[in-house]
Amino acid sequence: MATAEVERKRGQLAALSIAVVVVLVGVPLWWRTTETYRAWLPVNQINELAELQLQLSVDVEVVFSRGTLMPEQQKKVPFTRTQEEAQKVDDDTTLRYRYESKYRTANIMEEDALKQPTAAEADLSLHTLSASPCGSVVVYVIPETSVLLPQGVDVYIGHRRTAVLRMGAPMSVGKNHKQLLAHLEPRITQVVQVMSFSHTDITAALSDRVRLSPGSKESLADSMRSFKSSPGYEITFSLLNPDPKSHRLDWDIEGAVHSYIQPLLTKLAPLANFSIDSQILYYAMLGVNPRFDSSLEAYTLNADSLAHVINPVEARLGSNAASSNPVLNFLLYVPDAHHSPLYIHDHQKQPVASNAFHSPRWGGIMVYNVNDLYGRGETPLPVNININMEKVMGVFLAQLRLMLGVQSSPAPPGFLVEPCGGAGLADWELDRLMWSRTVENVATATTTITSLAQLLDQIGNIVINDNIASQVSSTVTSLQLAVAELEAGNLGFALQYSKEAILASERAFFDPSLLHLLYFPDDQKFAIYIPLFLPMCVPILLSLIKIASEARQRRKLKQSKKD
Amino acid sequence: MAIRRLKHTRTHAHACMLQTPLDDFQEELVIRPLHSGDIYASFQFRTVWDADFMGDQKVSHYRLFPKSLGQVITKFSVRELHISFTQGYWRTMQWGQPYLPSPPGAELWVWFQDTVTDVDGTWKELTNVLSGIFCASLNFIDSTNTVQPSASFKPLGIGNVTDHSFLRYATLPREIVCTENLTPWKKLLPCGSKAGLSVLLKSEKLFHSTFHSQAVHVRPVCQDPQCRTTSMELRQTLNVVFDLHTSGQGKREWSLFKMFSRTLTEACPLASSSKVYVDVTDNPQFELSPATPLLTQAVVLGDRRTYSVYDLTQQASFGSSRSLNMLLRWKAADGEMLRPLLHSERYVAGYGLQAGEIHTLIYNHHPYRAFPVLLLSAVPWYLRLYIHTLTVSSKGKDNRPSYIHYQPSKDRERPHLLEMLLQLPPNSVTEVTVEFERALLKWTEYTPDPNHGFYVGSSVISALVPSVVAMDTNSTLDRPLFSSFFPCKEEASYFMRVYTEPLLVNLPTPDFSMPYNVICLTCTVVAVGYGSLYNLLTRTFQVDEPSPGLAKRIANVIRRFRGVPLL
Repeated sequence: MATAEVERKRGQLAALSIAVVVVLVGVPLWWRTTETYRAWLPVNQINELAELQLQLSVDVEVVFSRGTLMPEQQKKVPFTRTQEEAQKVDDDTTLRYRYESKYRTANIMEEDALKQPTAAEADLSLHTLSASPCGSVVVYVIPETSVLLPQGVDVYIGHRRTAVLRMGAPMSVGKNHKQLLAHLEPRITQVVQVMSFSHTDITAALSDRVRLSPGSKESLADSMRSFKSSPGYEITFSLLNPDPKSHRLDWDIEGAVHSYIQPLLTKLAPLANFSIDSQILYYAMLGVNPRFDSSLEAYTLNADSLAHVINPVEARLGSNAASSNPVLNFLLYVPDAHHSPLYIHDHQKQPVASNAFHSPRWGGIMVYNVNDLYGRGETPLPVNININMEKVMGVFLAQLRLMLGVQSSPAPPGFLVEPCGGAGLADWELDRLMWSRTVENVATATTTITSLAQLLDQIGNIVINDNIASQVSSTVTSLQLAVAELEAGNLGFALQYSKEAILASERAFFDPSLLHLLYFPDDQKFAIYIPLFLPMCVPILLSLIKIASEARQRRKLKQSKKD
Repeated sequence: MAIRRLKHTRTHAHACMLQTPLDDFQEELVIRPLHSGDIYASFQFRTVWDADFMGDQKVSHYRLFPKSLGQVITKFSVRELHISFTQGYWRTMQWGQPYLPSPPGAELWVWFQDTVTDVDGTWKELTNVLSGIFCASLNFIDSTNTVQPSASFKPLGIGNVTDHSFLRYATLPREIVCTENLTPWKKLLPCGSKAGLSVLLKSEKLFHSTFHSQAVHVRPVCQDPQCRTTSMELRQTLNVVFDLHTSGQGKREWSLFKMFSRTLTEACPLASSSKVYVDVTDNPQFELSPATPLLTQAVVLGDRRTYSVYDLTQQASFGSSRSLNMLLRWKAADGEMLRPLLHSERYVAGYGLQAGEIHTLIYNHHPYRAFPVLLLSAVPWYLRLYIHTLTVSSKGKDNRPSYIHYQPSKDRERPHLLEMLLQLPPNSVTEVTVEFERALLKWTEYTPDPNHGFYVGSSVISALVPSVVAMDTNSTLDRPLFSSFFPCKEEASYFMRVYTEPLLVNLPTPDFSMPYNVICLTCTVVAVGYGSLYNLLTRTFQVDEPSPGLAKRIANVIRRFRGVPLL
């Protein structure tokens, strides 16, 4: 009997040790060999970034010219003040605006500059004295009696980063230092909001991550019009010639681009890379047949039908095969002799002065009528036509500004904004654009990277290779740097880092290796494992159950023996 | 130069007061009645642009040259680009030589500029972009089907580049060509399919043919005989052969309308020349109406041919009906075709799924002249060539190639490349054979229909064939487009390229439910072994009283009934 007992013990031990080997060696081995490779991602930092807390800092320099300060006030100057304003946009987005104002009195050269006869000249000479860094604002405060600004104008904004502010009447300002600040600060904030950013601009830039409360239709249309921020844009000018038998068109596009478009793009160079090309498309028709209006003796295109114009033309435009940047299309349509003149009518059935229209985030179309060049039927067809590029480029340039988001929002009352000159863009307009583009880039990159992290977290079968991991971590570093630079008020660097972040995040998100999803549905996995696992595990389990039940019985037996 | 200059002034002075860069567009259709009763139509559209694509300045303002192609050339620093899509196989023995040969499927060869540093990377990107432009599966071109021929593909444009590390050549013999490839090809034409010869290009007729080939060739060419300045030439060609029986209802009578279900009504207004040529050398076998007084002679493929010319820029060509629908009616069905001087065949021999042999037969039909040919064959890595079995024989004698360039394959990396220079004796057949072994593929490497077989691209035979008539060596002269594609260096011979048939090889193909079967079988075997082992290890063994046998038990039952004592 004793030998039987020993034998039974040995059997139990063998079963137990096999179970232990299976659990300690088999399971980890199986786990390791069927695992998908997933590189480490900085998930904590990404989660931190998901809660976006942006602080935008502007350096404002306030310069008092002679005659603006009371003696008592003069003693306190120079001094600095910091104003902060926090805005909660939604649950995980907070914005803080920080205005660091430095107050000082004007030096002699600045005083001289302010003595110029007109504000524009003063602006130019102040600019030559000191070039203020990108993103900062300089406000010159001049006495109420100064003749620099015309009557009724309190603030003048020039081409650079300077503004001239007229002081209020001495009695309204008061003698006290505190009273002076109370008088000036709201007005300076107003100037800064025009020249660098306002809360509406920034929230519009955040539209990628924040669902905006439906505001006015106008502002929504404004925010939808301009292109999304991108590291590069392709600008394509296309000349549409619907009937080369009726006219041969010639346009000096090279010269026109050089003299009208290039200055603006050179100015915008820190924002993005632009490439320009042009083409001539023959037999390119509009999508709708214009109606002949006998009262005008002209063909008309209604505002309602404009939506249908683009599609058939777009098939001919051709995408840019050599890059994946967004394309801005500008089309010049020259109707043939039998279909001209062609006028675009707005919703009020009135002809549009520019005879052009634009499509948000796509480009613009202009109709160029040449019927007066056709003579009276004696000239043999085709007629040679040289296009007046000045007229065309004026329209296209205005559309390009809209598409790129260079908005000229209406200035508050009492403001005089110098109209943009040859460069097509004032320094402070560029700054404004850079502020909103930086915020937009940061918002887009964080959204991209958090959704990527979420996706990878949800689908465990995706292989994350080292390349993606390095792109993700470089996105995170660039984002952190961009946020830090924004806080420090270095706009140029912040934009640079935000561009890097967006590039890296897109590369990570669209990496083709993520598509090689190892997708094995659970039922199929089960079907493959069953022939091995079932015959292996059933005996182990059965003998374990048997051992357990025997142990329980023995304990019961002992119990009853004791009793 | 004077001629060229004259042409420019003629075409442009009245066209538009244009400054530089000048561009010029020509269109042309050649119709050649074939002896078999089929008909061959070859379109050529040529855009020449005096723009410097190879300079530092980016070319970005396009007029007649298509922007999409121009951008690709600029971005990838392409010196020359040749791409063709072909459906069907050109039957040389029945049809003679085509004006522009092309292998079945897709073929792409590109010379890059010597400023390109990473040629392989650029090639990969370029094929992907071209695949998008032409809606073709060119993105399947990778290192396993790309070769760098050392001698067969010299630049066709100007530029004496010898460093073949800037050349890439690939074919996709499996590629099927259809409407989706024709539409983007037509989009590259300045007149689209709206005017000129391109109105004839309707896919429902073009693809109802025995042979269809469309190609795009971009290369730099000389502007003048001194070649002081270069311009970029884009040639778009489309060749189609309509079958006598399927398209022609068996009647030896062809018209433009019967071929394309369209007639011509105008020239493309942007074209400086727009002409239709009909090969009437074999007249009076057939009659051509409307008759045209214009006849021209051109030396094509070593033969002087006569063509009737219809100039579409002249209103008189269209006659009173304002549309041109020429009609060719055969009078007699017989007639001997001149045998093509160079001709080739290729096939796979052998049986079973392990080894095989590739035979290439090259025919020289010239009665008394021997000439050299360059043979190029690129064989995928999964056919392992035994290069020591390479034999070349003509007229029963060993024919040693004077030059052999062989690059062995690497599994899953690059194909075999075999190039050799052979001297073909007059009136002979030269046979090149090489043995191979079929490799086993991984189960994910098989195509979706593995039992169809695997294609091996056409071999390419390039030759300078002795010409019967003197060839025209001046490339800048105003000649019909179809006769001026391959540059001609000497008068006594002309350049010709012949593509052999692609091969279809069966590889050992597994049953694709195999992985699951293998898993099940292995698991079962493991489970059986494991089960018995487990049993042995865990079972308790003890001595037991042997139980009475079955017979004894039955006997006992009976005994109990009878009341007899049990056993």
